[in-house]
Amino acid sequence: MSSNYEERENSYGFEREYERPMPGRGGRRMMRRKICRFCIEKVDLIDFKDVKLLQSYIPERGKILPRRISGACAAHQSMLAEAIKRARNIALLPYAAD
Amino acid sequence: MAEKRTYEVVFIIDPGAGDDEVMRLSEGVQKIITGQGGSITKTEVMGKRQLAYEINHKKDGTYVLLEVEGSGAEIAELERRMRVNDQILRYMTIRVDEDRQRADKLKERRARKAARKTGLKNKGSAASSGSGPGAED
Repeated sequence: MSSNYEERENSYGFEREYERPMPGRGGRRMMRRKICRFCIEKVDLIDFKDVKLLQSYIPERGKILPRRISGACAAHQSMLAEAIKRARNIALLPYAAD
Repeated sequence: MAEKRTYEVVFIIDPGAGDDEVMRLSEGVQKIITGQGGSITKTEVMGKRQLAYEINHKKDGTYVLLEVEGSGAEIAELERRMRVNDQILRYMTIRVDEDRQRADKLKERRARKAARKTGLKNKGSAASSGSGPGAED
């Protein structure tokens, strides 16, 4: 574990994958299949001190990004939620922003 | 009580406290832990950083991270001491050994799975072309 958690390079180039109709013929709703980023990167533990990572999962209001948008699988979403809640307790993340 | 547990303790020290005071507090913590029969495996001062929200009208604080091994009695004592200490704005203890064990298990299972897969692949390629083992990765 490095000494400064803030300066860690963010290797998780997080993309928000909102469901939105793709511009196609007939205006049919095409949904991109979302896959769990943590599964791909084979993450077994989500650390509450990894503020950089967690921050990409809290929108402006400071809420936890829901699974339908984050695309995380059940196991990883619950790990993520737990980590965010721990980080909130120790004032690394806000309970409510603005 | 016989089993050994691993805990992560994070606490936030008042921003007004100097470096020597931080050192003194960490030493005091160490004394409490060892006095109760536990051991500290890691101490890390994460430095002063801004709090996400105000605690006792303070906007920032010094974060200290400890990794403690023991039975749990020393954690109870440590938390009791930290609760009455005005210099410590916030503390949090998390038991990590179970989560780490689970992570290790997952990792091991994955490694086994990968080994089996490459084993199969090698067998298949040996039958057809006889390319070197572990050509894939």
